[in-house]
Amino acid sequence: MKKIVLNLEPLTCPSCIKKIEGALKKLDGVEEAKVLFNSGKVRAQFDESKIAADTIAKTVSGLGYPIISQKIS
Amino acid sequence: MNAKRTSKITAVTGMLLTAAIGLHLAGFHEWRQAMLIIATVLAGMPIAFKAFKALKMKAFSIELLVTIAVIGALFIGEYVESAAVTFLFLFGAYLEARTLEKTRSSLRALVDMAPLEATVIRGGETMTISVDDVEEDDRVIIRSGEKVAIDGRIVTGNATLNEAAITGESVPAAKAVDDRVFSGTIVDNGFIEVIAERVGDDTTFARIIELVEEAQESQSKTEKFLDRFANIYTPAIVVLSALVYLFTRNIEMTLTFLVIACPGALVISAPVSIVAGIGNGARHGVLIKGGDIMEKLAKIDTVVFDKTGTLTRGKPEVTDIHAIGIDKTDLLRLVAEAEMISEHHLGQTIVKEAKRQGLELSNEPENAEVIKGNGIRATIQGKRLAIGNRKLMIAEGVAIDKEIADYAIAREKAGNTAIFASINGKIAGVLSIADRIRPEAADAIRELRASGVKQIIMLTGDNRHTAELVGAQLGLDQVHAELLPEDKVAMIQQLKGAGHRVAMAGDGINDAPAIATADIGLAMGEGGTDISMETADVVLMADRLDRFSHAYSLAKATVRNMKQNTFFAVGTVALLLAGVMLGKIFLASGMLIHELSVLLVILNAIRLIRYTKRKSVKRQHFGRELVAE
Repeated sequence: MKKIVLNLEPLTCPSCIKKIEGALKKLDGVEEAKVLFNSGKVRAQFDESKIAADTIAKTVSGLGYPIISQKIS
Repeated sequence: MNAKRTSKITAVTGMLLTAAIGLHLAGFHEWRQAMLIIATVLAGMPIAFKAFKALKMKAFSIELLVTIAVIGALFIGEYVESAAVTFLFLFGAYLEARTLEKTRSSLRALVDMAPLEATVIRGGETMTISVDDVEEDDRVIIRSGEKVAIDGRIVTGNATLNEAAITGESVPAAKAVDDRVFSGTIVDNGFIEVIAERVGDDTTFARIIELVEEAQESQSKTEKFLDRFANIYTPAIVVLSALVYLFTRNIEMTLTFLVIACPGALVISAPVSIVAGIGNGARHGVLIKGGDIMEKLAKIDTVVFDKTGTLTRGKPEVTDIHAIGIDKTDLLRLVAEAEMISEHHLGQTIVKEAKRQGLELSNEPENAEVIKGNGIRATIQGKRLAIGNRKLMIAEGVAIDKEIADYAIAREKAGNTAIFASINGKIAGVLSIADRIRPEAADAIRELRASGVKQIIMLTGDNRHTAELVGAQLGLDQVHAELLPEDKVAMIQQLKGAGHRVAMAGDGINDAPAIATADIGLAMGEGGTDISMETADVVLMADRLDRFSHAYSLAKATVRNMKQNTFFAVGTVALLLAGVMLGKIFLASGMLIHELSVLLVILNAIRLIRYTKRKSVKRQHFGRELVAE
């Protein structure tokens, strides 16, 4: 189980939270996804044997939220 | 589609709209329509793009609703409406981002204090590396003006450090060998070498940021209510718009419903207040762990304090030196030199005081002897010293005048331990030692009362005499002494049972059970000890009680602000619905009201960032000496 933290541009419409969290939770291998609305971050726990960190990052940027930086631990 | 490009598009659209108004006034109707269509398409693009992307990921979005509404408006030839809606949507989002940034600025200011690089010595070589590469046990050099990048202990040098990032206190603190320094603090003046103990995400500073980030996300009751409301609101409005179309075939009203379905002000009203409030606290050295804590803290009517380490400093100090026939400094130096051999905490307190005053303790005591329970005897520079209590003086045959005896009794009545010192069989002075009441305690208590706390109670494991003295000096409502930790828990349960909302403030370790029992647990954490930061609901980073009264009035202000915002947001929804039903509001005006309401709740929340507690309470007692054992 690994943790990924994505730094996004400042989020404005709170409806983005549901959109991003919903899309991530649908991915196989993502255990937990949380959008930190106020700090503009996405935090997710994922199983690295099932899904690549890049796939998670691409899903978020695919929704229309450019990623500034990412950190995996 | 990034934020910069979107804001450029917004600006261009704004210009096109202005041009359209100009053409309208000049009477070029055709040109005006063309201009409006270009504006609609241009501003509509980023919105439609986002809607499409979300749709591809099978996610529903507000952008989708707006896109449908705009296409519909173009279809029925309402070009003014379509252009205005797209422009307002983009411009609103832009303004929201700008203003929201303000409510988040406190946290950003904290994050910006994070150090980026550090100078370390490895294998005799000095190098500058990224903070991420610093490891535990690295020897780190910090010069004047540089940031400390790790938590650690000073091994050489001394410096004054600005610890505002950790404590919110901007007056620099003096630190020397063996003192702890924290990541995020800045060396104001001096040069130190530090052995890294905690690095990266484990530093106190990194943990504070993480806690504040989490606190800002954790929802208050009001937020949860609004979220549920919004969850019903949006689908309900979409269904409503479909129904309106089916029954009335009124396309305009149908589209307007789609536009006002975005729950903007509704979902954002409470969180912005909380974020601004928590941010304000963090900047003032108070960590409030979330919106629900904020709401509970605002309702507190009873505050329970632990004594030692909370109302008092928790460290005994020399409060007075009364020298007879000898210079005060000389007396302190001699006594401290003798007490170097003592392991008693009172003796060590005297040694510490001498060091604090910068005295050099170079003379080795000779014939030193500890008389258990009474004091010590030693010879320094040929002077025969006896230091201890009355019994020791009598045993040594030292005569004590009535005047000196009265002075000692007076000091004891004020809560001190009086220590007598004699040189060559003659009385030379009396040293008073006490665990002082924090200088800001009296003011903090007065401010808590002024902000609405009904009763203030002290619980302590200390003896009754000392406890009552502190209670009387601070004007507390109740004092309970000689309690065990479980007695404290029972007292708090009793208070809660009687219907009070109780906050318990303690120093975090032995008070942990009581802190956990209270409605709000508050820990004093100088630099933040692990336990206090994890278990307490509110942490006073600066280790200062007046931050508590700030936190309390801040919580009240935040909850007030949140209520105003909620009321306003729900009111706006009602107004919009009524307006659309009555046919008074169309696409553009619907979007305008919606965006305005969002902006207004954000602006209201921004007021909290600058919130400081009322200065009405005078600091008249600040200088008064308050002492207790």
